[in-house]
Amino acid sequence: MNNLKNQHNEEVRLMKGNEAIAHAAIRSGCDGYFGYPITPQSEILETLMELEPWNTTGMVVLQAESEVASINMVYGAASCGKKSMTSSSSPGVSLMQEGISYLAGAELPCVIVNVMRGGPGLGTIQPSQADYYQTVKGGGHGDYKMITLAPASVQEMADHTVLAFDLAFKYLTPTMILADGVIGQMMEKVILPPFQPRLTEVEIREKCPWATLGKPANRKPNIITSLALLSEEMEEINLRLQCRYREIEKTEVFYEEFSCDDAEYLIIAFGTTARVCQKAVEMARTEGIKAGLLRPITLFPYPSRIIRELAEKIKGILTVEMNAGQMVDDVKLAVNGRVPVEFYGRMGGIVPSPDEVLEALKSKLIK
Amino acid sequence: MTINDIINPDNLVYTKTKVMNDVPMHYCPGCSHGVVHKLIAEIIEEMDIQNKTIGIAPVGCAVFAYKYLDIDWQQAAHGRAPALATAVKRLLPDRLVFTYQGDGDLAAIGTAETIHAANRGENIAIIFINNGIYGMTGGQMAPTTLVGMKSSTSPNGRTIPLNGNPLDITKLLAQLEGTCYVTRQSVHNVATVRRTKKAIQKAFENSMQNKGTSVVEIVSTCNSGWKLSPADSNDWMVKNMFPAYPIGDLKDL
Repeated sequence: MNNLKNQHNEEVRLMKGNEAIAHAAIRSGCDGYFGYPITPQSEILETLMELEPWNTTGMVVLQAESEVASINMVYGAASCGKKSMTSSSSPGVSLMQEGISYLAGAELPCVIVNVMRGGPGLGTIQPSQADYYQTVKGGGHGDYKMITLAPASVQEMADHTVLAFDLAFKYLTPTMILADGVIGQMMEKVILPPFQPRLTEVEIREKCPWATLGKPANRKPNIITSLALLSEEMEEINLRLQCRYREIEKTEVFYEEFSCDDAEYLIIAFGTTARVCQKAVEMARTEGIKAGLLRPITLFPYPSRIIRELAEKIKGILTVEMNAGQMVDDVKLAVNGRVPVEFYGRMGGIVPSPDEVLEALKSKLIK
Repeated sequence: MTINDIINPDNLVYTKTKVMNDVPMHYCPGCSHGVVHKLIAEIIEEMDIQNKTIGIAPVGCAVFAYKYLDIDWQQAAHGRAPALATAVKRLLPDRLVFTYQGDGDLAAIGTAETIHAANRGENIAIIFINNGIYGMTGGQMAPTTLVGMKSSTSPNGRTIPLNGNPLDITKLLAQLEGTCYVTRQSVHNVATVRRTKKAIQKAFENSMQNKGTSVVEIVSTCNSGWKLSPADSNDWMVKNMFPAYPIGDLKDL
């Protein structure tokens, strides 16, 4: 592999998005990865097995018997205050929904990567964004939310891995990296994050006083559970979670604007689709159409405020997704009828082209 | 001799283990769970590993096991305890990690997690309460319910054409390369309680010494689910359960 240095003497490497996640996990001080093979994300587990981090940082890597087992291994590790993660693709993430709900209910930090493929059912191994609803509207049972990061480059696959662990431990919640088959499979330049040592057990006991590491004589037992049979107690837990979600909505919204300042028409898209739309915006500009792009980086919390603000000064919005129209619901909620919100999407694993997007922008909004 | 002479602390020959919390149990009178809980607590105290023990509680009657033993606990999703235990033990190899599971949890919904954890030879102890019924949800048929045995979902008795055969999962686990100790015991009288205590102790020692997976099945009664008195339940268990689930070591390496 050709490893070049950039002008800041940082090592620039060429790799797949999935590989970047594996490298970034080790470098972020991850304690345990548990996963099951599924296309298009198997390189995460493969890369970790190749790198053998148990010989360097001591990180545990285990191929589980199923996604159900993987997510529950994550639950066990997270209950010990350990930085733990799993990854899968759409059908596998469906299997994990029970475990994700338990993790949310037990207020456990962890990172889950979904490199989305087309569905429903076994679907296709080609890229998709059709798990938006499942991820941000609660795929599992009960009232819970998951911080959701949507990377649009190999660099962000690496950066979001570090960020996801930080957010998960800051808010004691499972955090999802919602990528798609394109970002997982494509190769790009990436600067990997610096190495952070894994926390020692003393540090974990300090940072996570709730962790089940064995009960010393001077404290009460730590019990990790999502069970509360008394309704009042269960409502109390729900209120605490909701309060935390409001706090996340206030402080952790990330997005990127492209040519929005003087835009008359706004395209909203995340992940791979946002990159296609950026090209479409550039093409529109050469034709004299003042188009801009807003790329949500967090899907929960959703950048509703900036969309509301932009809606005050534009003529219309086109939401573009690789699905039948899911995120567009959140755009409409943010816009609240101020301007027309149109949708263009492709399904079945098809990535729309910039020409298609530009054509949709013209035909649906400019007419 | 007066009463005060008798209760003199010097004469004390038995006390409740400190690892057992002083709270009322939700288990029915006559249920085997309470006895097994006490044995686990005693062993943890005797091995002096309270600060090194992590228990994994199931879904089922023992979902509240964490209320009764003064140790760190994780409560798992239904059937997933061996997956949790796998991760905990791999991350904390010097701890005692044990799961406590019923027959529905371990041998129905959690069959995959149980078999694969045991086959990998995870250094955990699995305590398996087999009473042939779903106690917590009100007496439905379990994977280990005997043929002919009545439950709320086999009201005329389990039949093979309708329900299939009872699953002897312990026999299956004994055949796996990853298990080092597989035994089947009971706790219906003093002698069997003592034998079970020895079995659990051996399983815990195996976990601490990273020897592989240990499985201690305890053939148990559920007098509420079986609709029998505690004494009749014991007799019924000896007469009907033991022939299907014979007591003794299946594997001891």
